[in-house]
Amino acid sequence: METMTPTQAAAIKEREPDAAIVAVPVRNYGTAVAAAIVLIIAAAIGYSLLTNPNFQWGVVAGYVFSPVILQGLGRTLLLTVITMVLAVILGTGLAIAPRSKNPVLRMASQAYIWFFRGTPVLVQLIFWYNLSALYQYVVLQVPFGPELFRIDTNSLITPWTAALLGLVLNEAAYMAEIIRAGIGSVDNGQQEAASALGISKSQSMRRIILPQAMRVVIPPTANETINLLKVTSLVSVITLPELLYSAQIIYSRTFETIPLLIVASLWYLAITTVLTIGQNYMERKYGRGNLPTAVKMKRIKRILR
Amino acid sequence: MSAITDRQRPLVEASNIRKSFGHLEVLKGIDMVVEQGTVSCLLGPSGSGKSTFLRCINHLEKVNSGRLLVDGELIGYRQRGNKLYEMKEREVVAQRQKIGMVFQRFNLFPHMTALENVMEAPVLVHKENRAVVEERARRLLDRVGLGNRVNNFPSQLSGGQQQRVAIARALAMEPKLMLFDEPTSALDPELVGEVLDVMKELAETGMTMIVVTHEINFAKEVGDKVVFMDDGYVVETGTPEQVLGNPQEARTKSFLSKVL
Repeated sequence: METMTPTQAAAIKEREPDAAIVAVPVRNYGTAVAAAIVLIIAAAIGYSLLTNPNFQWGVVAGYVFSPVILQGLGRTLLLTVITMVLAVILGTGLAIAPRSKNPVLRMASQAYIWFFRGTPVLVQLIFWYNLSALYQYVVLQVPFGPELFRIDTNSLITPWTAALLGLVLNEAAYMAEIIRAGIGSVDNGQQEAASALGISKSQSMRRIILPQAMRVVIPPTANETINLLKVTSLVSVITLPELLYSAQIIYSRTFETIPLLIVASLWYLAITTVLTIGQNYMERKYGRGNLPTAVKMKRIKRILR
Repeated sequence: MSAITDRQRPLVEASNIRKSFGHLEVLKGIDMVVEQGTVSCLLGPSGSGKSTFLRCINHLEKVNSGRLLVDGELIGYRQRGNKLYEMKEREVVAQRQKIGMVFQRFNLFPHMTALENVMEAPVLVHKENRAVVEERARRLLDRVGLGNRVNNFPSQLSGGQQQRVAIARALAMEPKLMLFDEPTSALDPELVGEVLDVMKELAETGMTMIVVTHEINFAKEVGDKVVFMDDGYVVETGTPEQVLGNPQEARTKSFLSKVL
């Protein structure tokens, strides 16, 4: 460090002590260079998007609102909604089961999560679609007794049933983990207080524990929903004409592969954007540890009434 | 039945209660009788087992051996012949409805208003008419001095106010016995008085109360009986004058010299 000459030191001393500090900020050349690189890459991408004719933006525009694509989009949304609703219901059951005193129920829940999280959802989808190779008929029978119901597996497993089986069973495993964490976040004293009041375990789960777990459960669930929206594109392999498969149907005929993939991507991006806005809203509402959430909910309920 | 004979009838009878957590024995044979309409204060250093014993009374903890009767009923078990059968949850829950409990950390339901906290159990468990319960809940909140805070959420109430809501919530089930587990230990010093006042008033109405506390003055003033516990044993039992004024045991003396 350089030492100050006496005159410099005197000059600093002379200044008013409460005067605003005028100082040269620290220069960070590393970030400036990084920012420049980012800008150059962005410009290159932008230039290419606009000038490369192979993107065929005209074709993209022509297909964005075509009926086949919109029908596919509708199926994608329907798959996402049905899967999420059923996965939340099944996942809640799987999250509550480990709290049981019965070791069989505890282990069953763990085994389920282990299996369905441990195998790729794509494999599961193809597996369900080909179930008839494993079982020719699905039969409901009293054990060692009369047969109540029999159906040909091939007529039971349509692309829709296979898709829902694969997606729901897989998603439920993830939802179970999220809900389990939510239940775990509720203070033990809540269950004790409910017990001491003579409230049964099942009643307190429904009225006391789960409503409080929501605060922790909702943000990651929104995240899961966004993820699931895109995962539904996997069911294109079992010929369910959702958004991606609808695009594939068109480009297999016209060979306009890239523009149609762009069409599908634009829709995925659009829906994800809407869901992200919803997620941010939910996180603001539930993510904070503060409890006036309940107060806000009351106010919203009052307004809606 | 006159009040005098009532006071002699034992409501809680504990004999030779033992309780272990793993290898650690925290209750080493507790005998205690609590007569109806009396206030018993459990004193003792932390880790002496007083809170555990309290939690055994409403079966939040299972006892390992001994007999615990509340209102003549064996808690948590059914005796048939000379065998004990564990009770079903439905039966345990029914027994708990007669026993109110107030916790150190209040444990109010944070997603419900004060009024909803008090109304929850009677509506859910006894399937009582909402309007009737609301009437009673408002009266109870009024009685603990919170008639003007019924629509507040717990997060909008002070610790003392929360604890008073918790007392009203327990009373809403119309219990025969009230258990208090260090009800003022989590409170700022200036809020302790308002909770003790509510408890004092409750004692005056003839409620049978068992209070785990460090408030020696409360024990002196309101207690009919003081039980001093240490290391899983009941060391000394008697009136407040006897135990607090003229302790016989060395351990009682040394504890009191530290807290007084």
